[in-house]
Amino acid sequence: MMGHAVVGRPGPRVDAAEQVTGRTTYAGDITLPGMLVGGLLQSSQAHARILRIDTAAAETLPGVRAVITGADLPIPYGILPVSQDEHALAVDKVRYVGEPVAGVAAVDAETAEQALALIDIEYEPLDVVTSIDEALASGTRIHGEVEGDNVHRRAALEFGDVESGFEAAHAVRENVYFFRGSNHAALEQHAAVASAGHDGRLTLWSSTQVPHYVHRTLEKVLEIPAGRIRVIATPVGGGFGGKTDPFSHEIVAAKLAMVTGRPVKIVLSREQVFYAHRGRHPVLMWVKTGFDPEGRITAMHFRSFLDGGAYGSYGAASLLYTGALQTTTYRIPNYKFEGVRVFTNKPPCGPKRGHGTPQPRFALECQLDEAAADLGLDPVTIRRRNLVEPFSMTVNHLRITSCGLAECLDRVVEASGFFAKHGTLPEGKGIGLAVGAYLSGAGLPIYWNDMPQSEVEIKVDRGGGVTVFSMAADVGQGSTSVLAMIVAEVLGLDTADITMVTADTDLTPVDLGSYSSRVTFMAGNAAKEAAEGIRDRVAAAVADELGLPEDGVAAAGGRVGAEADGEKTLSWADAVRAAIARGGPLIASGSYRAPDLAGPYRGAGVGISPAYSYSVAVVEVDCDAETGEVKVTKVWLAHDIGRALNPLLVEGQIEGGVYMALGEALMEEQAYRGALHKGPSLLGYKTPTFLEMPPVESILVETNDPEGPFGAKEVGQGPLLPVVPAVANAVHDALGIRADEVPITPDRVVKALREASRGGNGRIGPEGVPKFDFGRLTRVKIPEGFS
Amino acid sequence: MMRLPAFEYLVPETLDEAVVMLADHPSAVVVGGGTDLFPNMKRRQVSPATVIALGAIEGLRGIEIDDDGAVMIGALTSLRDLAASPDVPVALASAAAEVASPQIRNVATVGGNLCVDTRCEYINMTESWRLASGFCLKADGDVCWVAPKGEECVAVSSSDLAPVVVALDAEVGLVGPDVSRTLAASDLYRSDGIDYLGKSEDEIVATLTVPPRPGWRTTYRKLRRRGSIDFPILGVAAAVQVSDDGIVEDARLVLGAIASAPIRARDAEEAVVGSRLGPEVVARAARLAAEPVRPYDNVDLGSRYRKWMAPVFVARALEDLR
Repeated sequence: MMGHAVVGRPGPRVDAAEQVTGRTTYAGDITLPGMLVGGLLQSSQAHARILRIDTAAAETLPGVRAVITGADLPIPYGILPVSQDEHALAVDKVRYVGEPVAGVAAVDAETAEQALALIDIEYEPLDVVTSIDEALASGTRIHGEVEGDNVHRRAALEFGDVESGFEAAHAVRENVYFFRGSNHAALEQHAAVASAGHDGRLTLWSSTQVPHYVHRTLEKVLEIPAGRIRVIATPVGGGFGGKTDPFSHEIVAAKLAMVTGRPVKIVLSREQVFYAHRGRHPVLMWVKTGFDPEGRITAMHFRSFLDGGAYGSYGAASLLYTGALQTTTYRIPNYKFEGVRVFTNKPPCGPKRGHGTPQPRFALECQLDEAAADLGLDPVTIRRRNLVEPFSMTVNHLRITSCGLAECLDRVVEASGFFAKHGTLPEGKGIGLAVGAYLSGAGLPIYWNDMPQSEVEIKVDRGGGVTVFSMAADVGQGSTSVLAMIVAEVLGLDTADITMVTADTDLTPVDLGSYSSRVTFMAGNAAKEAAEGIRDRVAAAVADELGLPEDGVAAAGGRVGAEADGEKTLSWADAVRAAIARGGPLIASGSYRAPDLAGPYRGAGVGISPAYSYSVAVVEVDCDAETGEVKVTKVWLAHDIGRALNPLLVEGQIEGGVYMALGEALMEEQAYRGALHKGPSLLGYKTPTFLEMPPVESILVETNDPEGPFGAKEVGQGPLLPVVPAVANAVHDALGIRADEVPITPDRVVKALREASRGGNGRIGPEGVPKFDFGRLTRVKIPEGFS
Repeated sequence: MMRLPAFEYLVPETLDEAVVMLADHPSAVVVGGGTDLFPNMKRRQVSPATVIALGAIEGLRGIEIDDDGAVMIGALTSLRDLAASPDVPVALASAAAEVASPQIRNVATVGGNLCVDTRCEYINMTESWRLASGFCLKADGDVCWVAPKGEECVAVSSSDLAPVVVALDAEVGLVGPDVSRTLAASDLYRSDGIDYLGKSEDEIVATLTVPPRPGWRTTYRKLRRRGSIDFPILGVAAAVQVSDDGIVEDARLVLGAIASAPIRARDAEEAVVGSRLGPEVVARAARLAAEPVRPYDNVDLGSRYRKWMAPVFVARALEDLR
């Protein structure tokens, strides 16, 4: 392979200095002339009919410029075309405590707050549904007016024949697991500023991961042609999936700006962030897996029950994700997935880092450790015997390309000294291992279309300045830096020479957004193609200018010309001018659309990706059997990144993923008392501090994916996945108790240990799953090439 | 962002002036570092019309040892300074060091922590949350959501210093409009989540005095979810006087953050006096100290776990002193 000047070199992000010196302008920092402060009135009811809203007192309060309610925004929306069930402000009904019911715009925050308090609402309370069991029982429906259950979506798919797989098994194991839900707890609260000009144009600045989808939603809900709406994604102070829906405050700010003729800013309070939520679904799981005597999986039957909260959000996809990726790490010859997502009167769940896959991964990896013990195998051997092959198909029609899972496993086992420690550490200390896989971008867009998923444009000015236009939103993962590096690499320039214009629907061509770990792979490929278009034109001009054969021209080190011949080259700027003189404006575009990968069944669009990343984690813990405290002392994480375009950014994502995973494993929980959030603040909602964060040893495995830009795959989400079950497996090694539920809090540990000391099974976890009819089973033919 | 309600802000320059201001403004609240009061005000748990800030008063900051060896600590001394002081008993410095986070300890004061408001998962919430839940006894309501049949507020004493100063037989110096007086630390606290301080509302805590205790060993053990930031959900202060041959001659064991006031475990104290702190004595004292504890499910990790942890933390505290 040709050496690279930029790609593969560790370096800080292009926006790092601005961020760490406090100069970055976040949405909440924006101030426009005449700007009003907007506020949202939160529902005090978990489930109620709205009988009357009286806004008169609020409207006449001096300083108030507008008060709006659901009647002003009657058009429903939702991120998925199949779930258009939300209103920016509640219409007729409220479905969770904290749901926005009215919006005000006032001259300052104090006045806005007073105005909200003056809005008088008469509610008729309805029965409240707060659990999966309650939702499955017949009762008051949260959506729809009739009595019945609160099932949002269900799925039943079978690949191969699980019954014969179980019959052929030497051992069959059944377990139930519960993954409690969590919030993203991003540092930056959601914020948006809207401005409606006298020219009939609307501009929205918002801390969003998905300016394109926000753009589409505003077009629909506000009934303004998309061409007159400009959405600018401001730098995002942490998203993690929490800013991938269109949100009430964005629409309300826009509407208030239109009504008042003045800019309006809405910044959610931390409490409101917990209500806007879209966090990790609580998922109850039942897993039945058959093994042959050597520990090879013969069949798996996986059932999941998702507590979706009050609205659809991404839930139809989340449901399928809880069944999709089990097969991407282990060869499962017969696989059946049944799942249901229910509505409850709680803030809506959605995608959080790993979207619907960390919960089943937790279940699967815990069960494998138990199966290994049953069969007299160690945790590494049972996994090695089941690993998928690179460049293979899974039974559920997922195409696997590069796969460094075996190397990740070997290297992390060696680095951690796993074999020497597992089962041998002193009481209270333990070590656990687990693996995971994640998408490098969802294979399909959220709404059906046959256009590219990422487009990139590049313009070069006469001074040689290169400007890259991409709608990809940098949400802290460093996507802007990665795109700049890719373009710099192709053009033989330094990253500092590249100007990035991103995430602005007026200026940049569409990128679907920063979700599903798609930007490096998809926008990266588009940027590479655009840059190659520029390079080819410049190379042709230089060849002409210097009398060189066109294939003998290269761009490197800021010069363009004959390879290995310093004499016959032009400076980049001269080369650009030669190209413009010959061919006019030096512009190029590139695009990426994933290959058509969907299998022949409904639901096959979820889980497909042009490439999968692989991660293996080993976690060491030191537990206090008296207090139940689980202290993680070290994490080793090997990640198949395909190719590390910037190893520093890759390690940053690994460490961030480990941090978030440890929070979910040990303390983070969106907990409720009934329908009330138990602690909607960063004091009430526990996240690990610096003191809880152990050292992380990152091991980068490079498999050079054939379709990734320079071979790269994702790292933003995958490394989280194996860490959660690795903690549970380590706790078992340390204390002898199974944590079949996360978070593994000290009170639950002590309870399990006390039970164990009295002869109980010493287990944290649910007793069982409800009986449920998952609907008509779809039997899917095993794909060709599956063996 | 939650915002403070409007209020009058007074900045006296002397303690006498502060006392007069407080007398003139009966609903006023006194503030030191404000790390407790202002968040509570933002949540509208309290909405005083007047806040009297003591920060400008000279002479209330600092730690001094008098001729008898008593340590006098000004109420405005920061928790950071208290934590760093070599002159105060170990338990007091370590309790101060475990309050909240470094940034908060830079600002928070000794007087403020001694008088920190009681806490409960139904009260330390925004006004909109409490509107949805229903208001409670401690603010704007007439029912306790933790113990709905009870008539008393069961909010939890959440001061890290409180159990320690009780265990140290410390005294607080109070300055009122008419007289100044001293009050035993144990009398500073009342087992009532609302009216939790045993001083009159027009008195200001000006000093904390820790008597000389030659030959005593002290310790503080704190239970909380994380290694920083969190309030105690159980705190055990222990102090023992041990003879040269290892016999406990006198002891104090005080449990904090498990009820509305610190609880002195007198039975457990008696159980260790006259003995060495051997495993059996420690276990018996731990059992006795924990037995009367009846925590409610109103702070982090609930009631059962905290009940379970009481003997564990008492035992560990005593083991610290072996």
